[in-house]
Amino acid sequence: MQALVIAAHGSHLNPDASNPTYAHADTVRETGAFDEVREAFWKEEPHFREVIRTLESEEVFVVPLFISEGYFTERIIPRELRLDEFEPEQWESDGTSASQVTFEAEDVGKTIHYCGPVGTHDAMTDVIVQRAESVTSDPSVGKGVGLAVVGHGTERNENSAKAVEYHADRIRERRRFDEVEALFMDEEPEVDDVTDFFATEDIVVVPLFVADGYHTQEDIPEDVGLTEDYRLGWTVPAEVDGHRIWYAGAVGTEGLMADVILERAADAGAELGDAIERVRQITSSATESDPERTSQAGD
Amino acid sequence: MVATRHVEELVQRVTGGGDDSDIAFDGLRITRDESDDEFTFTLAIDGGRVDRTGLDADGLRAVLAGEAGEAGAVVEPYVTNWHYWQETVGGEGTARRAFLRWCEDAPLADDDATSVPARYADVRDGIDREWGQLCITARFVDGDEPDGERAYDLWHVDDADADLDALEIHDEPRAARELATYDEDGRYRPLKTAPTLETGWAFTGLSGTELVDAVGFFYPATIANWHREREGELDVDHWSETAARQSGIYEVVSELPREAVDWLAEACCVDSQCLRRREWEYEAGDDLDPDGGDGPFPCREPCSLVIAAARKWAIAESETERTYELELTPSERNQLEELIDAVADDRTDEIREADVNDGANRYRARYLRAKRFADGELEMREQ
Repeated sequence: MQALVIAAHGSHLNPDASNPTYAHADTVRETGAFDEVREAFWKEEPHFREVIRTLESEEVFVVPLFISEGYFTERIIPRELRLDEFEPEQWESDGTSASQVTFEAEDVGKTIHYCGPVGTHDAMTDVIVQRAESVTSDPSVGKGVGLAVVGHGTERNENSAKAVEYHADRIRERRRFDEVEALFMDEEPEVDDVTDFFATEDIVVVPLFVADGYHTQEDIPEDVGLTEDYRLGWTVPAEVDGHRIWYAGAVGTEGLMADVILERAADAGAELGDAIERVRQITSSATESDPERTSQAGD
Repeated sequence: MVATRHVEELVQRVTGGGDDSDIAFDGLRITRDESDDEFTFTLAIDGGRVDRTGLDADGLRAVLAGEAGEAGAVVEPYVTNWHYWQETVGGEGTARRAFLRWCEDAPLADDDATSVPARYADVRDGIDREWGQLCITARFVDGDEPDGERAYDLWHVDDADADLDALEIHDEPRAARELATYDEDGRYRPLKTAPTLETGWAFTGLSGTELVDAVGFFYPATIANWHREREGELDVDHWSETAARQSGIYEVVSELPREAVDWLAEACCVDSQCLRRREWEYEAGDDLDPDGGDGPFPCREPCSLVIAAARKWAIAESETERTYELELTPSERNQLEELIDAVADDRTDEIREADVNDGANRYRARYLRAKRFADGELEMREQ
């Protein structure tokens, strides 16, 4: 038997923070590829600490639903899962290349494959592009359009920016969009000045966040100038400085994220049959995203 | 009549050879006769109610199927009971199996005295068990002619006497996630084991696996920890251990003074606030003052909500106490106590608009603020 654990942050204050986790877990459940699929959280239940004991499977694949390698993937999740022998060096990562490490948890008689975060997987690039398609309702969006991939960025963790730049570079190489930029909330180049970085009239802004919360639904819409006050909402597209900005919520709410989760598990040796193919079929139809504010601040 | 397929599976199991082909389960015992060149078997039920030896495979089949006269009605429940637990449920040693056994008051160890017919009579009527605010009914899928397959119904204990028509009926365990997210007033429930589960719903006809999934969505990991506790394997992490491993913004919780951990447990970890039974103490050999509660499932370490609150208190407790002097009438002093009690007991919504006898009434609080506050602060002097 094999099990999938999707490890996410969750929230004590915002009931919607875990919605993407549940949605992607359900997509994976529908494939039947795993005998057990479990959501686990830092701030909700089951907690990381207690999730492994709820499983009967001997093979467990843990996929962190986080954007970058850093404090949560390197320290919190391994510690709370009791992967006492884990050292970040075992990932041999350059900041975006962690794949997986395998542990024998002898006290519970299980093999645990601890995977890198979804945010740095190559398949995430496709999710960002699909997000651009769904936000514009244009499956061939690209020509004459600029794409801004927006991350939190923080000087405390250089990997935070690396993940954003990594995908922006990969999309740029595809030459699908006229221009591609990596922008940030907390470091240069800043998303506040998004229109300065693009010559194209149309700019799709895709925030590289796992869940919607105050960053994606309050800060960015106001910083970019989509709206004076996030509570008033905004239009898609919105006119800003002579540009048309296409913006919806966090990329993590995109259905295709379930594919990235499966890819991570497959890279770690999970036997998935045709599940990846099926998830791509289920989630690849471009859907209209709800531009309305859907959530309150997380904690 | 015993379902033919159940008999056939049972016969195949015992005639299949191998070391584990003997059956000894819930009072049903089938063993291969010793020192016998031909395959013959001994069937014993509840230590003597049926005792037949020297049966060949066909003879065994006939007795199990109730075709051999005397034993039919006696044998039937043992055969279907074997089938449900050993073939449908399986999972020997798992928490899932132990929980399902608990649901119908079945003994956990196979050598415990048991009477399958008596249990069958109860399951036919439906056996109710309570798990926090959940009421679980174990019954037969077919109550008139049970073939051993169980079904489980699940609803709120407060709805136990409600008409099913009045409840929102679910059959998909995942629906429990949404039900567990908000309380009766639509407020978010970050603590799944808070005693604030909303009423008005029911799950009917769940399989054992679906029941365990649904309970897992309502009360995550409670079955696993309950099972560990019963097996004597509950790994309790006391306050000092859990606090010591925190990092980042939570590193400060280990500075919470010893007596403050008592107050924390009294504030957060009592039955009125959480249905888990606190098994963790300050540290091994140093128990906390408040009672751990009476919940059916154990709490094995301070949860993330307690840690988040402890951070707030650890920072607040680092302040030095001071003495303030302020003017209050005796009634106003009483009113302050009433206000704190009303919030602490989550009673503010119940206080009637015009009940000015209640110190936590809104007009009373506004009056006190109008009288005793200046520039938004309670007027007092620091000594």
